[in-house]
Amino acid sequence: MAGSGADSGVRRPFERLRRLSTTADGEPTAAVALLAAAVSAAVLSPVAWLLLRAAEVGVSDAVRLLVSGNTLSVLTNSVALVAVVTTASVVLGVPLAVLTVQTDLPFRRFWTVAVALPLVVPSYVGAFAFVSAFGPRGVLAGVLAPLGVEIPTIYGFGGAALVLTAFVYPYVFLTTRASLLSFDTAQLEAARTLDTGYRTAFRRIVLPQIAPGVTAGALLVALYTLSDFGTPAIMHFDTFTRAIFLELNTFARSHATLLSLQLLGVTAVILALESRIGPGEADGYGSRTSTDTVVELGWWTVPALCLLAAVVIVTLGVPVGILGLWLVRSGPGYAAGGLAFEWTFGLNSAAVAAAAALVTTLAAVPVAYYSGRTDSRLGWLIERPTYVGYAMPGVVLGLALVFFGTKYAPGFYQTLPLLIFAYVVRFIPQAVGSTRSSVMGVDRALVGAARTLGETPRRAFRRVTLPLIAPGLVAGAALVFLTTMKELPATLLLQPAGFTTLVTYIWRVQEAGYYGRAALPALVLVAISSVSMLVILRGENT
Amino acid sequence: MTDDTTATTRESTDGGRQTVDPRPVGDDRTVGGDRTTRRDRYADAPPVLELADVRREYGAETAVESVDLTVREGELLTLLGPSGCGKTTTLRLIAGLDRPTGGTVRVAGDTVAAGAAEHATFVPPEDRDVGMVFQEFALFPHLTVGENVAFGIDDWPDADREARVEELLALVGLGDYGDRTPEDLSGGQRQRVALARSLAPEPDVLLLDEPFSNLDVRLRTRMREEVRRILKAAGVTAVSVTHDQEEALSISDRVAVVSDGRIEQVGRPETVFEHPESRFVAEFIGQASFLSGTLSDGRVDTGLGTLHVDTLQGLTDEYDGAAVDVLVRPDDLRATPVEAGGAAGSPDASEVSGVGVAGDGTVVGREYTGPSFVYEVELDSGDLVRCEHNHASEFDLDRRVRVDLTADHTLAWYPTE
Repeated sequence: MAGSGADSGVRRPFERLRRLSTTADGEPTAAVALLAAAVSAAVLSPVAWLLLRAAEVGVSDAVRLLVSGNTLSVLTNSVALVAVVTTASVVLGVPLAVLTVQTDLPFRRFWTVAVALPLVVPSYVGAFAFVSAFGPRGVLAGVLAPLGVEIPTIYGFGGAALVLTAFVYPYVFLTTRASLLSFDTAQLEAARTLDTGYRTAFRRIVLPQIAPGVTAGALLVALYTLSDFGTPAIMHFDTFTRAIFLELNTFARSHATLLSLQLLGVTAVILALESRIGPGEADGYGSRTSTDTVVELGWWTVPALCLLAAVVIVTLGVPVGILGLWLVRSGPGYAAGGLAFEWTFGLNSAAVAAAAALVTTLAAVPVAYYSGRTDSRLGWLIERPTYVGYAMPGVVLGLALVFFGTKYAPGFYQTLPLLIFAYVVRFIPQAVGSTRSSVMGVDRALVGAARTLGETPRRAFRRVTLPLIAPGLVAGAALVFLTTMKELPATLLLQPAGFTTLVTYIWRVQEAGYYGRAALPALVLVAISSVSMLVILRGENT
Repeated sequence: MTDDTTATTRESTDGGRQTVDPRPVGDDRTVGGDRTTRRDRYADAPPVLELADVRREYGAETAVESVDLTVREGELLTLLGPSGCGKTTTLRLIAGLDRPTGGTVRVAGDTVAAGAAEHATFVPPEDRDVGMVFQEFALFPHLTVGENVAFGIDDWPDADREARVEELLALVGLGDYGDRTPEDLSGGQRQRVALARSLAPEPDVLLLDEPFSNLDVRLRTRMREEVRRILKAAGVTAVSVTHDQEEALSISDRVAVVSDGRIEQVGRPETVFEHPESRFVAEFIGQASFLSGTLSDGRVDTGLGTLHVDTLQGLTDEYDGAAVDVLVRPDDLRATPVEAGGAAGSPDASEVSGVGVAGDGTVVGREYTGPSFVYEVELDSGDLVRCEHNHASEFDLDRRVRVDLTADHTLAWYPTE
């Protein structure tokens, strides 16, 4: 009988790499390639419609619109917001990551989760909560007014920057944390033996090595800030997204189009920066992850705890507190008007999200399979366009499809299929990503084995590949489902008349000022976001 | 082992149809034993696998330049060569996992791949009766051991299929493992399952891609014998691929040495080892050293003295004046220490019959492997040779030694390059 288990697992990644470059097992057929190309083209089509619409604008009109004071102020507003939010996120995220990874902070585990958690609050829900807390008729204003304290207005640049920072800085925190975890602390010990203090060592050794992680997080923050629609809209701050939405609503479509192209341009600049600097595999060769304490905080413990507590109160305490308050205080001031909440809104959300998840997953499979199984340039060419959803803010996508619907397919305009198509374009990157990595995780030799055992490529896919990538498919579908539930701008622009979801309901309530009505749906969305975060984290672990 | 021997014996006596029974009777007894019977057994068997001028290019790169090969029914042939020599590609061309860019592949008389471009014949892997054991075994992780073995025969009637799975698991010694998952198995067990799975559909040819490379060293030796036993019990025609010469020599009926996409030499293991037809084969198998010399008047003068032309295989006086390199292996030579100052006698004076030829030199290197020492000796002629000694013979570096040629066989030689 065979004795000790010779572990072949260790060799696998290398072997797979070798095989990838040399063999053609399970090489997808031309039919798969065609299918993948079709999906890719469909996903890319909104860009074409946008460009077509832009081409209708006369040159002189275009120039006039682009150099108008309004456009320039929108541009400066957006860039300023991105700059401030990104900087603030780095300033906040990096120290928090260091505190939770490298120090002897009490309750590190708890703080790590608490500090990352704001990511689960959709920023428009957060903005909404902040407005109702600090706004003119808000809770705190109500409490403080009798005392003669006047809080500065929450609307405008300050409020938008504060809210966005509060809910997106965790991107920087998480990526920095990941870099720090993969940092080999033996290097710090080496520095110490070379008579360098922690502060100097951090600057000279740690910082350069975690820089790619910090940058990656900062770029995520920048992209999010640029594409976020809810926060600037609620804060009445004119950024691209808000301006586009308003222009569209006043039927100034040419202007909306040009603003969209400008927004895409700025996004492209950020993406180009990202690919230049890159998230970079920052894990180096020191593969052991370490949460060993390398710094003892000493008397700094108290200020550190105060900082953490303040962050958690502002980013979690305020929104959750406000939502809770609404839930219990359903007085007439909060729940007036005819906007009663109905559970069917929740069902609508779930149904449309489920349909989006299903279609997106089906569309992602050929793309992911083709690009995961071929080393050709064509595979790359087909896969890349499916990431357009990452770069295309929801409001721009919505706009492009509004053009398409009104001009080329009136029958589709404001129907569920078009809305679902928007979700597919927006979220297919998630499905392609998770499916592709599970396809790559399937040893090609397995397909070869099935073939030599008498299976056709199609049957080999069904009997071997499909069961093995099923978990990836499900995870991708779950992510799409959850993010679709939260999507705001495209939903607002493309919802069929009379079709109300959780998100559009919250939006209407918010616009009408009946905050109390929003408590339940907002809490549901927060819960859904928490689940999606869990899915993402689990996907990263495996 | 006894069980299997009786099993195969019974089968061949029961039927009495020697022509259709592919199973060599009790061949497993010859493991490491009588090679002659092995050769005789397959020389007249019908060819099952034929490769003619098979080529494979990837763009400008040639992986397989031109391979001609015939494998006979029931035999186990090993493609042996360094990594990157094209042996695995050859295997994949046979399996149909890759398309040749030229040449013909025939399995059991049917052409499964021929030519290139528009007139090409290409039978996909699922329609060839060729089984394959993959390097990392490629067991389906989502299926049990039994389901893995049954994978290729799922179109059989239930009862037959179950019987076949049971039979094969018993053959590989994993009778009780049908419900386990591949994850639960050790490396050796996984290999047995992979074997059973590929044997289940009764392939005409079974291919094994570096079958032992994923096993640890101790297990490897045991599994070699075990795999040979299973293949012989199943009576399958097999082609394996390895870069490990010891593995190739020990398990194969015949060895084909592959270099740069060509087969350099095919033959029984001992033929290939003792009479390598090319310098490459000589250097690849065994720790070859070469004695340089020039043939004149029926003798070659070397650093080990004069060798008579009769002691050199196939060398005749026709080659008079040719510069040759004579192959000597560590076990052909023996070093004896020479006391400082005392010369060990002039090599010119020694006999010319082959045995007894000797020369002086200096120990310049030594490698200790546990059971033995291999000394590297620089002969006074400038040639470097290796001598193998048991672990008790310990010489210091720089020691003067006399090296005796102790080989009792003819020596191979190659024209000097």
